[in-house]
Amino acid sequence: MTRTAILGISAFYHDSAAALIVNGKIIAAAHEERFSRIKHDSRFPAKAISYVLSEAGIRFEEMSAIAFYDKPFLKFERLLETYHAFAPCGLKSFLTAMPVWIKDKLFFRKLLHRELQKFGELKVPLLFPEHHLSHASSAFYPSPFEEAAILTIDGVGEWATTTICLGKGNEIRKLKELHFPHSVGLLYSAFTYYLGFRVNSGEYKLMGLAPYGNSQSLQTAGFCRKILDEMVDVRPDGSIILNMDYFRFATGLTMTNELKWKKLLGISRREAESEINQEHMNLALAIQQVTEIIVVRLAETTRNLTGCKNLVMAGGVALNCVINSKIREAGLFENIWIQPAAGDAGGSLGAAYAVHHIYFGNSRVTGDQLADSMNSAYLGPQYTDREIERTLLRYDAKYTYHADFSALSTNVSQLLADGQIVGWFQGRMEFGPRALGNRSILADPRNPEIQKTLNLKIKFREGFRPFAPSVLKEDTVHFFGEKMSSPYMLFVASLNLPIRSPEPENYANFGMYDRLYHQRSSVPAITHIDYSARIQTVTAQSNPRFYQLISDFKQLTGCGMLVNTSFNVRGEPIVCSPEDAFTDFMHTEMDYLVMGNYLMKRSDQNRIVFPKKPQVNPD
Amino acid sequence: MDFLKELFRFLKIRKKFWMIPLIAILLILGLLVVLTETSALAPFIYSIF
Repeated sequence: MTRTAILGISAFYHDSAAALIVNGKIIAAAHEERFSRIKHDSRFPAKAISYVLSEAGIRFEEMSAIAFYDKPFLKFERLLETYHAFAPCGLKSFLTAMPVWIKDKLFFRKLLHRELQKFGELKVPLLFPEHHLSHASSAFYPSPFEEAAILTIDGVGEWATTTICLGKGNEIRKLKELHFPHSVGLLYSAFTYYLGFRVNSGEYKLMGLAPYGNSQSLQTAGFCRKILDEMVDVRPDGSIILNMDYFRFATGLTMTNELKWKKLLGISRREAESEINQEHMNLALAIQQVTEIIVVRLAETTRNLTGCKNLVMAGGVALNCVINSKIREAGLFENIWIQPAAGDAGGSLGAAYAVHHIYFGNSRVTGDQLADSMNSAYLGPQYTDREIERTLLRYDAKYTYHADFSALSTNVSQLLADGQIVGWFQGRMEFGPRALGNRSILADPRNPEIQKTLNLKIKFREGFRPFAPSVLKEDTVHFFGEKMSSPYMLFVASLNLPIRSPEPENYANFGMYDRLYHQRSSVPAITHIDYSARIQTVTAQSNPRFYQLISDFKQLTGCGMLVNTSFNVRGEPIVCSPEDAFTDFMHTEMDYLVMGNYLMKRSDQNRIVFPKKPQVNPD
Repeated sequence: MDFLKELFRFLKIRKKFWMIPLIAILLILGLLVVLTETSALAPFIYSIF
């Protein structure tokens, strides 16, 4: 059998990444930012490509094809038609965009050739699947389903902003699509911008802020009504028409027409880093609710068009786990699977898959109906004990080595139970924006101080932001009252009633931080303000070491759950190498660090003067 | 040359011949525009281009 090796690339817009599949199996996938240490790095992913090739042990010349995750000419067509349609508005944006296109992006093939030639001679086809086909492929092909409805929703690709497709065997058939500028992702991003967060990275914060909004207040209801009456026309099938009088992204260099927004909503745009008031929280809740209405309608349309019992999703909006849970609650589908790297980085994987199955026509084999092909998203680099030790020696670190992992796990679970915060670095790095127990910071969810400490002393981020739990899959009934599977932290669940603490009177009118620091349950560190939690279910198959650690913690405490947050500090990508991890450990107030079988205590370390970290973007 | 062939094929498939004069002018002006290079990605907008 001839080997088919396909390199998928996403780059030049948001999060660049590379993925390699060989004979239809994912060998490796990684974000460029993890290697370059520049968050959301959008440059050509040279380091990620080097990594995926080395992981596979394949030379560049042995590739069967290279796939880029969108069609540059089609995007250029959209730009020209948009500027033409809105002319003379948008002249400034036109003059900003065109130099980039005329200089580089229009000659995309040449640009890619030039970059790829650095890895070897390019003798194979260079292919460009459409942006949303890449998303759809990333959702369908690695999913466990032989047949599935596919829903992709993001900001914008070439023209499409939302697509509904049907996946069957090795084929994907597009059924419906929504075109730019009418975009659910851009609508949500516009509110992200208006609420003072950074577009394309602050959307998580908006989602985390929404539960602080008062759902009973007239202001929230008023915001919802104004959004639906004036800004966006939501049709019964979930398609939307944005009133472009309110949005500037098509022709301007900002997202919103601030004067019109202020007049309509009665509040000004929040300055970044400024105080968050109740009106901001209510607005966040309103747009979250509107987006939920739209996406659930889209899911209904998807169900009606395809008749499928399985749904797969990708695109940036699919990272909104609250919306995903609304689809689940709507009971439209028996099974829902979401690509863990649902954003543009995952487009690299989807592009490679699209070429493998559609261009080369290779068949697709699905095995177990419950197991996907993502290797639990552990698709990045891993480091041997020897490599870890070399780093530790270089930094003159004080450590203990545990030849027996079970002893280490028991020891670490005791530390966690004692209230210590532990950096946990094991095995292969995750692909996608979530740390799933291999590049994580862990803590005891029962500790009422942990949320504050983690936000302010470890992650250096806004105090309101919630933390997610990693829970033994068999314990979801105990904590959340239902059996559920959420291996990629892409669903939320409501805390089981017996675990909750009663709300004080007038709780809804408390200030943000008074509500936040009220102990809402027996696991306060992971209980969001509305008693929800964004959960990761862990099994012995998905991550044996992490499973053992949580199990040992349960044996000690009776609690089969840990706080799991990504191993990084604000403004930085998640750590990749032992060096990144040790440096972060020394820059924060984390108490312990575990890398492989090595355990380090912060207070034992020499007070090395680490170079001050460069000023980075806070988001 | 490959670029022009590919672009022509694209415009033919998409039936967008009206774009030819616009693209031609853009390419001619390209040199001038490149001289006034600015950062393309404003930090406060979704990078739609």
